[in-house]
Amino acid sequence: MNEQQTLWSFMREQSDKLATQTLEHIGLTFISLFFAVLIGLPLGILIARKQKLSGTVLGIAGVLQTIPSIALLGFMIPLLGIGPKPAIVALLLYALLPIIRNTYTGITGVDAAVKEAATAMGMSRSQILFKVELPLAMPVILAGIRTATVITVGVATLASYIAAGGLGEFIFGGISLNNTNMILAGAIPAALLAIIFDFLLSRVQKLNFKKINTATKLSPAILVVLACVYFIPSAYGSKLTAGFTPEFMGRQDGNLGLQSKYHLKIHTIVISDAVMYKAAYEKQLDVISGYSTDGRLKAYDLVVLKDDKGIFPPYYAAPIVRDEALKQFPDLEKTLNLLSGKINDTVMTELNYRTDYLHQSPERVAKDFLQSKNLWRPDRGGNDGVVRIGSKIFGEQYILANMYSMLIKGYTDYGVSTKTGLGGTKICFDALTNNQIDFYPEYTGTGLLVILQPSQKVINLVTGSKESTYNYDKDMFESRYHIKWLQPIGFNNAYALMMRQKQAKDLNVKSITDLKNYLDKK
Amino acid sequence: MIKVEHLGKHFGKVKAVDDISFEVNEHETLVLLGTSGCGKTTTLKMLNRLIEPTHGSIFINNKNILDQQAEVLRRGIGYVLQNNGLFPHYTVGENIAIVPQLLKWDKDKIRHRVSELLEKLHLSEDYLDVYPNELSGGQQQRVGLARALVADPPVLLMDEPFGALDNVTKAKIHAEFKALDELKRKTIIMVTHDVQEAFELGDRICLMDKGKIVQIGTPTDLLFKPNNQFVEDFLKEQRLQLEFKAIKPPSPPEGGTFELHGVILPAAIGLWELLEQLKFTKSESIAILDNQHKQVGQLNFQDLMSAFYKYKQQQSHE
Repeated sequence: MNEQQTLWSFMREQSDKLATQTLEHIGLTFISLFFAVLIGLPLGILIARKQKLSGTVLGIAGVLQTIPSIALLGFMIPLLGIGPKPAIVALLLYALLPIIRNTYTGITGVDAAVKEAATAMGMSRSQILFKVELPLAMPVILAGIRTATVITVGVATLASYIAAGGLGEFIFGGISLNNTNMILAGAIPAALLAIIFDFLLSRVQKLNFKKINTATKLSPAILVVLACVYFIPSAYGSKLTAGFTPEFMGRQDGNLGLQSKYHLKIHTIVISDAVMYKAAYEKQLDVISGYSTDGRLKAYDLVVLKDDKGIFPPYYAAPIVRDEALKQFPDLEKTLNLLSGKINDTVMTELNYRTDYLHQSPERVAKDFLQSKNLWRPDRGGNDGVVRIGSKIFGEQYILANMYSMLIKGYTDYGVSTKTGLGGTKICFDALTNNQIDFYPEYTGTGLLVILQPSQKVINLVTGSKESTYNYDKDMFESRYHIKWLQPIGFNNAYALMMRQKQAKDLNVKSITDLKNYLDKK
Repeated sequence: MIKVEHLGKHFGKVKAVDDISFEVNEHETLVLLGTSGCGKTTTLKMLNRLIEPTHGSIFINNKNILDQQAEVLRRGIGYVLQNNGLFPHYTVGENIAIVPQLLKWDKDKIRHRVSELLEKLHLSEDYLDVYPNELSGGQQQRVGLARALVADPPVLLMDEPFGALDNVTKAKIHAEFKALDELKRKTIIMVTHDVQEAFELGDRICLMDKGKIVQIGTPTDLLFKPNNQFVEDFLKEQRLQLEFKAIKPPSPPEGGTFELHGVILPAAIGLWELLEQLKFTKSESIAILDNQHKQVGQLNFQDLMSAFYKYKQQQSHE
């Protein structure tokens, strides 16, 4: 009950955002659908006429369907950048298969006697198509569009990864922020949209032939109207554009802090960190939320703005381990601590640069580093139990996970299994508390603000120095979750605002306050 | 009226229709008869170019149809299909009006013509706004016929038009078919595998086998002057009934008819039907009328039977 009320109050509080996101979601869905119908219907008709082509066309559409949505969105970025364009293209590619296939099936399924009669009456090919084949195939075609709609509503949540908005902003923001209400505030409307559209289309499908004709004529108009919804919310702008990750958007030490402490007002779009740096480099974004040790900082010639009001708490990385795992694997703590104090900010940035920009494998980077510090030892091939390592879904965590894996294999008799690429803090931490993994590298600031979520007073108190944050995390994790913070690795991967070096210089922006002043100047 | 010369259709190496030639006279009904796969339907469909011939030529009214635009040609030829091929998404009225719509008749003309046909085919006007799936098989077939006749084409092609009907409905529609004045001024080519139907409706019958014409002639020709063993065998099983259908009673005087209980029967009626009439009405005799509708004689059961024997004897003496 309590949970529901807070969800309700969250939705009320965020009703503006919720409305915008819902409209964006609807718009995104129907623009994509509109184009998918525009392409799919003629293709379906074509392959119904030239059946030799049907295998190839359906095959290609089928392959497109099997590409994981995130990967497809990823492919789109080099071609179309970020924002609505690639999202729409990706979504329409997903919607194509059911539309093409059902158009094809519908038309080839029209009674041969009826087609023969139409020909024998002296109808031309186009008359047969528009007066006989399409009307008779319409229920099947509509079923395809219905399937496509539901798929598109679902996949459209992923559009938020590439700054195209939609309800995915809440869903993925919520996952990163360990905020169930936020996840539900995105997921429930998304599910409702799917159900409503499915229901409405099922009603259209059940209409008789007469009414279906009218409905068919009306539907393009309805599609266009619904599609237009998308452009209304995105028709605003400001001097600079910021791209923040969903996680950053909802964090006190992120966008919320920027607004409350700096009163920063900037046109903001939500984007996945996988594409954020590149988008900044390509001048599609001016300000981004990044990590201070990120290798792409170096690769894309970005500069960190000084956090002169200190809203970003220290983010020192350290492995956090379940107490039970430490008991089960007595040598584990000592082995993991081998890395303690070995990597500072510069070294980490360099290592990240090698994976993120030079595209060296995290494994190689990890091995090179361990060898340079004389820490590397060959695999002992032990099988005295298996330690499960987790990592979040970015390069630095992959490198750390690899280093730990090598150290455990080299110094102990335990086996290792790695579960890398866990989507966000919430997913990683849940995996740890639910005994799916034994440890993963976490950051002190994240532990404090995302997992512990103490009152503002406590936050102000403990974020003063790196030691106080670390100690608070360590005590609270132990008592609350029976999870131990081992010794910090050394580097501080704090949140940071970044700009292109050249632009920052031109605008004379060095700190976040400078940025605010520049934006307020008009 | 229709002239087919050296017509052939090959599907790969299979000769579905193998170099056939025939002619159909104006206002004549020619029945293409044969077993499945004999090429009769392929022949029919080449006449309105639903199938393009491999070789040969087809003339309708001395015009080579292969030189005409296919759509225009088809709008001038009525076509009735076995499974009626009615558009399920069109009402009865819309179905019948398809060709006039294509020919861009004005609305009043279409409405008038559709009502006229419904009446002639014994369909109530209430059916105008009904969809085909709400009709019985016989009604659907009538609508199919109305659709083919609506633009009053001189030529009518029928592909097993009554094949999907039960025997009772079929008999009823056969009777209507023969009585329909619209059909009397048409040149009709009909495909069937039903020998009885062929004998009942055809002025001439073209018996086909393996893509070739085995014999073409009147029903009596096929019965009594078969070209070969195949023709004889084909008709063997139903021979007696066919003979009764093919043989005519003594003709009434020029322009005269027969009459029974006030019902006029056409002069071209077969023995079989007259016998049936006699049986059903339990009457003793049928009146013979002259062109002034004056009775000039009568036929009883005995007269009909002796006409049959006389004809048979005549045949065996030839």
